[in-house]
This record gives sequence, C-alpha cells and structure tokens, in this order.
Amino acid sequence: MSTWSRNNRLPALATLALTLTAAAIALIFFYAPLDEDGLNQKIFYFHVPIAFTAYGCFAWGGWKALRHLWKGEEGADLESYVAIHLGVIFGVLTLVTGSIWARYRWGHWWVWSEDQLVLFLVLFLFYCAYFMLRFSVPPGPQRANLSAVYALFGVVLIPVSVLAIRLSERFIHPVAFDKGGPNMAGSQFFTFCVSCAAMFSLAATLYNLELVGKRLDMRLRELREALQ
Amino acid sequence: MNYLADVGALARKDLLLELRARDTLPAMLLFVVSALVVFHFVLPAGSSDLAATGLLWVALLFTALLGLSRAFAAEREQGVIDGLVLAPSDRSAIWLGKALSILAFLALAELIALPAFALFFRHIDGTLIGGVALADVGIAAVGTLLAAMAAASRARELLLPLLFLPLAIPIVVGGVGASVADDPARYLGLLGLYDALFAIICWASFEYVVTE
Repeated sequence: MSTWSRNNRLPALATLALTLTAAAIALIFFYAPLDEDGLNQKIFYFHVPIAFTAYGCFAWGGWKALRHLWKGEEGADLESYVAIHLGVIFGVLTLVTGSIWARYRWGHWWVWSEDQLVLFLVLFLFYCAYFMLRFSVPPGPQRANLSAVYALFGVVLIPVSVLAIRLSERFIHPVAFDKGGPNMAGSQFFTFCVSCAAMFSLAATLYNLELVGKRLDMRLRELREALQ
Repeated sequence: MNYLADVGALARKDLLLELRARDTLPAMLLFVVSALVVFHFVLPAGSSDLAATGLLWVALLFTALLGLSRAFAAEREQGVIDGLVLAPSDRSAIWLGKALSILAFLALAELIALPAFALFFRHIDGTLIGGVALADVGIAAVGTLLAAMAAASRARELLLPLLFLPLAIPIVVGGVGASVADDPARYLGLLGLYDALFAIICWASFEYVVTE
C-alpha cells in the first residue's frame, strides 16, 4: 500500500461517512414517502442498516479470527477484537432501535416474536462473554488464540440461532405474528440503500480509527519498554 | 488405529480417576435430584406438565455445567495438561477423550434424573429421551472446549457458565421442542445439526486452546 493511501485513508473514509450519513438523513426525512405507519416507519431506515452493519462487523471479526488461527497473520487478533467491539456497539443500537420500533408497532417495548430482536439479545450475551474471556486471560498468544476460537464459535452460532429461534416460535407462539408490511416502493428502497452505505462507511471509519489508536498505544508501550 | 487408542486411553484415565476419587458424579446426581425437588415447589398448583418439561431442561443444563466446571480440575492442579500437550499424539485426542468421559457422566446422571422426573412429574416418551441423548453430545462437545478455555483464564469456574449459556440456547430450543412439540422430528434435526457443526469446529480448534 502506498504511503499516500495509508496516510489519507482515515480522513477520506471519514469524509465519505459524513457525506453519506447527511445524504441518508436528508433522504429519509425529505424524500422517502410516508407509508401507512406514518412517521414511526422512519426508524426502519436506521434499524435495519444498523443490524446489517453489526452482522458485517461480527463476520469480519470471525474472518480475522480465522486468519489468525490459520495463517498466524500478524495483528489479525487486534483487528478481530476491534471488529467485534464495534459489532457489539452496533448490536446494542439494533436492540434499542428495534425496541423503539416494537413499542410503536405492537405497543410493547419487547416482543419475543420478533426474531431479529431475540437473535441480537443472544448475540449480545455471547459477545459480552467474549469480552469477559478476553480480559480474564493475560495478554499474549494464548489470549489471541482463545479469543479467536470463541469468535469463530460466534460465526457458527449466528445461523444456528436463526434456525433455532424460528423453530422456537412454533411452540412459544402457536399463532404466527402477522407482520406482512407494505412492499417497498422504489424511492424507499433507494433511501434504504443509501442508509446502508452510510452505516457501513461509518463502521469502517470507526474501525480504522480505533485500530490506529490501539496500534499507537501498542507502539508507545513497546518504545517505553525499550527505554527502560 | 493410533488416534483411537489415544482417545480411549484418555477417556479411561478420566473414568478411572472418577471411580477412585468419586468427586464429580455424586455431586451431579445429588444436584439434579435436588433441583427437581426445588422445581416441585417452583411450579404453582395446576400448572401444566409442559412447564415441568421445560424445567427438566434447566435442571439438565445446570447439572452439565456442574460437571463441566470440574472437567479440567485434575489437569490444572497437577500440571497434567502440559504433559498431555507434550505427548506425541494429536491434541484433538485430548478433547475427544475428555468429551467422551463427560458424555458418560451426563448419561449416568440422566439415568437417575429421567426416572426421577417421571416419578415426580409426568411420563417421559421416546422423543424426549432421543432429544436428551442428542443434546448430551452437543453439551459434551462444546462444554469440554469451553471448560478448557475457562481453565486457562483467571476467572476459571466463574467464566464457564457465561461462555456456555449463550451457546446452549439452540440446544435448549431443540431439546424442549423435541419434548413438547407435535412435530419433534425437526427439533431432533436441529440438535443433530448443532452436534455435527460444533463437534467439527471444536475438534479442529482445540489445539489452539491448549497451545500458545
């Protein structure tokens, strides 16, 4: 990678994220038409892209964990950790926005019949345990290995949990919840895509920002140890 | 087969240790029966049998956790794990041997727990037993690997339930579904899928848990 792109990647990403987020907000409030749910439906443009971004972060964290175990890639452990950290932040935002949506749509802050909410609760618990594990092992190769193995478990757990939660509805809620919402119009779909792009670029910016900070921290510690 | 001989030797070592010291299995048995007695007082009068079946799964899960938290105690206290890692055999054999001995403990505990449940609450049928058997395989596979992880951490036994419970949710869904739903086949299928997926990933990744 050339020096220019390394030095300017973060500002460029930040600018992109800012532009896309501004565009998404403008589109959401001034362009996308209201549907029968009225203004409440606007949270859809935040909730779903945030959820996709969280999945993306978890998948990226799992991929980096695999690279660490498989190829012993230098720094993959840190990248995996940062991605999962961001995934948890976006996961909490998914839970909060989903809960708000559930409140206005169905009148309750929590609906067990909403698969996505339940799944994110499971994932939230799982990745909280990831942090507990990571910070109860002293820094070093063993911490990296244990974290990576647990992160890989997460990637397998996501599809299995989706299946399990779908199946569990059959004995917990015998009557299927009718959620047949309106089909998306073209303008709504366009707004939705811009929102997704905005969230992805925002996550990428935060990811790189945190990595830069963590790497600086590590170099500083190494230099300090070298001086002593 | 060298690999299978290693696995067999390791599993036999655990069972022999348990036979001589008897510190895990009696605790599991006593725990599961006490839990069932507690559940009798938890359920209000007139609550359905289905609720009792759900509670049976809680009892089984926590009994397994009790056994798993002791799984690597001997290895850790005597420094045996270093010796096992240095032994000229595949590291995954350590996992498989331990998982098999845990599976044996679970099966023995359930040999008491299921008749006790039938005696105290309701009759049990074939699909429930099938669900328990499939769930045991998943619990032993995932639990053994997580117990090795927890043993390597500072928090030790404290960490194991936190690591295990989120991963056990699909097992609970499959197990409870197999025991109460009208179409148990798909839940047994879910348990089978879980067992296969996680057994492969645990088998492949155990080496990284015990080595640096």
